[in-house]
Amino acid sequence: MSAETKKPKVGVYVCHCGTNISHTVDVEQVRDWAEKTLGAEGVVISRDYKFMCSSLGQELIEKDIKEMGLDRVVVAACSPHLHEMTFRGASKRAGLNPYLTELASIREQVSWVHTDKEVATEKAKAVVAGAVERVVQNEPLEDIRVPIHPDTLVVGGGIAGIQAALEIANAGFKVYLVEREPSIGGHMAQFDKTFPTLDCAACILTPRMFEAGMHPNIELLTWSEVTNVAGYVGNFTVTIKKKPRYVIEELCTGCGICVEKCPKKVVDDVYEAGLGYRKVVYTPFAQAVPKYPVIDAPNCTYFQKGTCKACEKFCPTNAIDFNQKEEFINVEVGNIILATGYDLFDARRVSNYGYGRLANVFTSIEFERMCNAAGPTSGNIVLRDGKTQPKSVGIIHCVGSRDKNYNNYCSSICCMQSLKFAHLVKERTGATVYDFYIDMRTPMKAYDEFYQRVMDEGTLFVRGKVAQVTNAARNEHEEGKLIIQVEDTLAGKQRRIPVDMVVLSTGMEPRHDAKETSHLFGIGCSSDGWFTEKHPKLDPISTMTEGIMIAGTATGPKDIPASVAQGAAAAARVLDKILQKEVVLEPIKASVNQEQCSGCRICNGLCPYNAILFHEDRMVSEINPALCQGCGTCVAACPAGAINGTGFSNAQILAQIDGLLMDVNLAGA
Amino acid sequence: MPQMTEERVRAGLTQEEDLSLLNEVSMKTAGVSHLEMCIQCGSCGGSCPSAADMDHTPRMLFAMLRAGMRELVLQSNTPWICVSCYHCVVRCPQEVHITDVMYTLKGMAIREKKFRDAVAPEFSETFVDMVEKYGRSFEFGLATRHYLKHAPLRLVGMSTMGLGMLAKGRMSMTPRKIKGMTQLKSILKKAKEMELTS
Amino acid sequence: MSEYIFYPGCSMESSAKAYYDSLMVIAKPLGITLKEIDDWNCCGATEYVGMNLIPAYSLIARNLALAAKMKNGTDTVVAPCSACYLNLAKADYYMSERPSLGEKVNQALEAGGLHYEAGSLDIRHLLDVIINDIGLDVLKEKVVKPLKGLRVAPYLGCMVPRPDYYHRWSDAEHPIELVEVLKAIGAEVIDYPLATSCCGGHMTQIGPETAYELIRRLISSADRYQADIMVTVCPMCQMNLDAYQGETNRYFGTNYQMPIVFFTQLIGLALGFSPKELGFGTEITSTKRALARIGVEIPEPVEEGGPRRKKDEGLPMPPRLIKNAKGKSLHHHVEEAES
Repeated sequence: MSAETKKPKVGVYVCHCGTNISHTVDVEQVRDWAEKTLGAEGVVISRDYKFMCSSLGQELIEKDIKEMGLDRVVVAACSPHLHEMTFRGASKRAGLNPYLTELASIREQVSWVHTDKEVATEKAKAVVAGAVERVVQNEPLEDIRVPIHPDTLVVGGGIAGIQAALEIANAGFKVYLVEREPSIGGHMAQFDKTFPTLDCAACILTPRMFEAGMHPNIELLTWSEVTNVAGYVGNFTVTIKKKPRYVIEELCTGCGICVEKCPKKVVDDVYEAGLGYRKVVYTPFAQAVPKYPVIDAPNCTYFQKGTCKACEKFCPTNAIDFNQKEEFINVEVGNIILATGYDLFDARRVSNYGYGRLANVFTSIEFERMCNAAGPTSGNIVLRDGKTQPKSVGIIHCVGSRDKNYNNYCSSICCMQSLKFAHLVKERTGATVYDFYIDMRTPMKAYDEFYQRVMDEGTLFVRGKVAQVTNAARNEHEEGKLIIQVEDTLAGKQRRIPVDMVVLSTGMEPRHDAKETSHLFGIGCSSDGWFTEKHPKLDPISTMTEGIMIAGTATGPKDIPASVAQGAAAAARVLDKILQKEVVLEPIKASVNQEQCSGCRICNGLCPYNAILFHEDRMVSEINPALCQGCGTCVAACPAGAINGTGFSNAQILAQIDGLLMDVNLAGA
Repeated sequence: MPQMTEERVRAGLTQEEDLSLLNEVSMKTAGVSHLEMCIQCGSCGGSCPSAADMDHTPRMLFAMLRAGMRELVLQSNTPWICVSCYHCVVRCPQEVHITDVMYTLKGMAIREKKFRDAVAPEFSETFVDMVEKYGRSFEFGLATRHYLKHAPLRLVGMSTMGLGMLAKGRMSMTPRKIKGMTQLKSILKKAKEMELTS
Repeated sequence: MSEYIFYPGCSMESSAKAYYDSLMVIAKPLGITLKEIDDWNCCGATEYVGMNLIPAYSLIARNLALAAKMKNGTDTVVAPCSACYLNLAKADYYMSERPSLGEKVNQALEAGGLHYEAGSLDIRHLLDVIINDIGLDVLKEKVVKPLKGLRVAPYLGCMVPRPDYYHRWSDAEHPIELVEVLKAIGAEVIDYPLATSCCGGHMTQIGPETAYELIRRLISSADRYQADIMVTVCPMCQMNLDAYQGETNRYFGTNYQMPIVFFTQLIGLALGFSPKELGFGTEITSTKRALARIGVEIPEPVEEGGPRRKKDEGLPMPPRLIKNAKGKSLHHHVEEAES
C-alpha cells in the first residue's frame, strides 16, 4: 500500500464553527495535541480556524497542501453530510486527490451531544485520531460517471405527480405517469372547493389532468402499478403491471353506454369515499382522464355467475373484452419521482366520536363529496337520510392527529379544511356552525384572513378537543340530536352542544402500503410511514437514493400549493440531471471477492438498495457498483469477510477504530 | 427564583419555583405521569362525567400545577369528585395518567390537611383503617361509622336500603379477618416508612 | 378444563354474593377451575391509592406475591370484580413501568417474607377469560334455554375496558365482548350508548348527589331503549344501580324499576340452572317482571344497527369497525347494494 512505501504527510484542521464547536470543545487544545502527539501517525501540521468552511479557511488548507506537500488532510468540523464536498473540493483545487481528505465530525458527534467540556475535548481528540489513522490508509479514487436515460417515471397521478409530469414533458422529455386508480386526479378530484380562495377544485384541476392526458410526451398508465425496480440512477428498468380494464382502449369512445346499461351498483369506497354508489363498469367521475371505463371484475355479475354481459351487448364499438389479462411492461428511465400521496385516517378508530355507529357523523372526505355538485347529493348538505338539511353542524378538528393514541403529528391541513367546511355549511344551509379546535393553525398566505372571514360569518368557535359525540340524551333538549361533549377551555366549563350533524376533520396518514413502496424503490421511510427526505429543509424532494425524487403528501401532510411546488421542484431536479447527460457517482462502493464468497446470500436481503446480484450458476454474489451507495451493511454482515468497501476497506475501518480507542491522555507521552 | 410578593400570593402563585410542584406531583404518582406533556386541550374536562360538580376541570388543575399554585390545587375539590372512570385517561392525546394524578393530589391534600370538605377524606381514612385492621373491607362497619359521623340523617334514610341488604344476605354485620394480619402489618409498616422518606 | 388462580375480592363475599354463587355454578359446565388465592387481602379499591403510594401498591402486591406462589401450570389470575382486576393489573404494570416503585414495593413485601416479580402473572377479568379462553362456541353449545325475548342493556362500566394496560379489550368506549356473550346466550342486546359510562363509583358514599345523577343517566337511557334488564360485570356497578336506585328515584322524583344482574347469573339461566342457585332474589330492584319475559316470543326482533333502510334511499353508512383483541382493525369491506 502507498501508506507503507512512503511516510504520509497529514495536515489536521480543527474548526470552531463559530461557537458551535468551541463552546463545548477546547479547539486549541485539540489542535496542539494533534500536532504534538500524532506525529508518529504522520501529522506534520495542525491548525484551528473560526470557520474552516469559509473561503479563507479553505485557502489555509490549499496553501499547506501546495507549500508543505501534504498528501493527506483531516478536517475536524461538522458531519460529512454538510461539508465533505467542500473540503474535498479544496484538496482537489490544490492538486490532491479529493478522496485523501477525511472529515472528523466533532460537532454532531461531539459538541452538540455533550455538555462537559473536558470530556468532550477528550472525545474530540479521539475522533481526530481515528480520522488521522484512517486517512493514512485512504487511497486515491476516481469518480464514476454514468449516462442518464432521458425518460422519467412519475408514480402517482395526483396533483403533485401531474405537476411533475407536465413540467418535464413541457421541457421536451418523455414521462411515464403511472396511477393505480382508473383515472388520474388523486384526492383533489374529490374535493369541492379549495381553501382559502374557494376556487372550485375541479375547475382548476381538470385542465391539468386533460393536458397530462393529451400531452405527446406523457404516456399515461392508469389502472397500473409498479411491481419491480431494477438498475440505478440514470438507468432504471421498471416493471409495471397493467391491470385488465376489460375495455379495449383503442376501440372505446368513452360514450358511457356500458355504464348506463350495467345493472349492478356497488358502494364506491374510493372516489365517493363510501358515501355514494357507482356501477360495476365505471369511470370514477365525469372528467376522468383517461375517459375509458373499467370493469370491477370482483363485483361483476358476468365474472361471478357467467351471465349478464349487458355492457358488451350495448357497446356500439365492441370495445368490451372479458378476456383481457393483466400485462407486465418494462420501461427504461433515468429518474423516478414518487408522488404516491396519502390515505385518510380511519375515523372509526376514534370510537368516542361515533363514526360508523352514529349515522350523522361524517368524515371530511364524505363531506367534500356531499358538497360537490357532482357528488351523491348533488352538492346538497343533508343528513344520512339523504334529504334533511341540518340546522346545526359541529366540525371537529384533529381527528386522529396530534394524538398519541393515533397519530402524533399535526396533519397540517385540517384547520383550514375545517374553516372551509364552516364556510360552506353557512353559505349553503345557513345552519348554526360550531367549530371545535385545540389550536388554530393558519400560517400560510391568506390563511389567517380566511379564519377571520369565517369568524365574521358567525361560526361559533369552541377551543377544546371534543371528548365525545353521543346520542345518549340527558334531557328533552338533547333528544334525537348528536350531543358534542367538550370542555370549553376558554370558559373552563364542560359543555354539551346538541347538533344535527357532525363533520370530523380527519387527518392524513401514509399510504397503507408506503413501507412496501419504500422498499420497492429502495428509499427511506419514517416509522410513521412517510418517505424520508435527503435533507428535511435543504433537500426536501430528494431521497438518499440517487435518481429517486419524492413529492407531495407522500413525505408528510401538506396542502395543495405545497404539493404542487414539490412536484415542480422534483421535476426541476430531474431536468437538471437529464440535461447533464451523465451523473457523477462517488466511488465509495462495496465489491465481493468472488474467490472468498461462500454464496451464503446473507448480504442479498440486507442491501437497502437492491444492489446485490446472486449468480445462481457460480453460487456467488456480485455488487452492481452503480447501484451500491456505499452504506457498508454487506461489508459488516459478510461472515467470510469477502466483501470490501472502497473507501471503507477493512484496513481503513480497523485503523480508525485504533485511533478512536487511543488513550488520548497517554498517546505520544 | 421569583420573589414571594404579596401580589404573587394573591395570584395563587405560592410555590416558589414553578415547575417544582408539577415535578413533585409527578414523582409521587404511580407510573410515569406525563404531566409535563399536557397541551391543555381539555379532553379530560370534556370527558369527565362529574365535571359539573368540580371546582376546576382537570385541565385547569394541570395548568395550576404548572403555575405553582400549590394552595389552590390542594384545596380544590376536583380530585375528590373524580369517579375513577378513566374516560379522560384513554382519550388524553398525551397519555397523561390523569386518574393517578388525582389520587396523588388527594394524598397530598390529606397529608397537608388542605382539603376543604372532610367527608371524602375521612371516608377514605375509615376504609383504609378497616382494611388495615382486618385485611378485608368491611362494608357494614364502614357505612355505619361513615354515616354516623357525617350524615346521621342520611343514615336514617339509608337504613331501608341497608336493612334490605342485610335481609338479602348481602351485608355482614361482622368483619372477616385474614390469617396473615401480622404479615400484612409488617408489609404496610415498612411501606409507610419508605413513603415518608421518599 | 382450564385452571386459574382466583382473586374473588371482598364484595364477592357480601354485596355481590349473587355474582360469586352464579360464577361457582357455571364454572363447572364451562370447564373453569378456580383456585382461590390463599389468604388474599383487600385490593384497596379506589380509596387506598388516594391516600398514599407505596403502602397502597404493597397492599395490592401482597396478593400478587401470594398468587405467584401458586403458579403451577397456570400463571393467569382471574378477578371477577372490575376494581380488583384493575388494581391488580395496575400494580403489576406500574411496578414495571416505574422500576423504582417496583423495588420499593418489594422491599415492603420482604418485611412480610414475600416477593413479586412484575410481569410474571397474567391478570385478567372473568369476562375476558369466558370470551377468549372458553369461547363463544363452547358457550353456545352449553346453552339449553336461550334467553330469547329478554331485552338486555350490556353495562360494562369503566374499569374493565379502561385504561386497559395490556390491550386486551376490543375498544375502550364501545367494546363488543359483553355484547357477544349476551348474544351467545340468546338475549336481545340493545345498542346501549352508555355501556362504559360511570355508575358513580364511591360517590354514592361521599357525594351522593353526584352519584345519583350518574345513576339516573344510566337507568334512564336503558329505560329509553326499553331494556328489560341491565347486565353488569362489576359488583360496584351492580350495588350502585340496584341498591341506590330507590334513593335516585326519590332524589329526582322518578320511578324507574330497572333491574340489574351479573352476567354470570344470565349465563346460568341460559345453561339451565334455577334462579335460586344463581342468586336471583337478592337484588333490591326486583327482576321478577324481567324474568317473566324469558321464553315469551317477540314478533319482530330488531336487527343490529337499527332498522334497515330502504334500498337506494339515503346515503350509505360506513361498515362498523370490528377490532380484534389486539386492537387492530380488520379490513374495510365493500358494502353492496343492488340497484
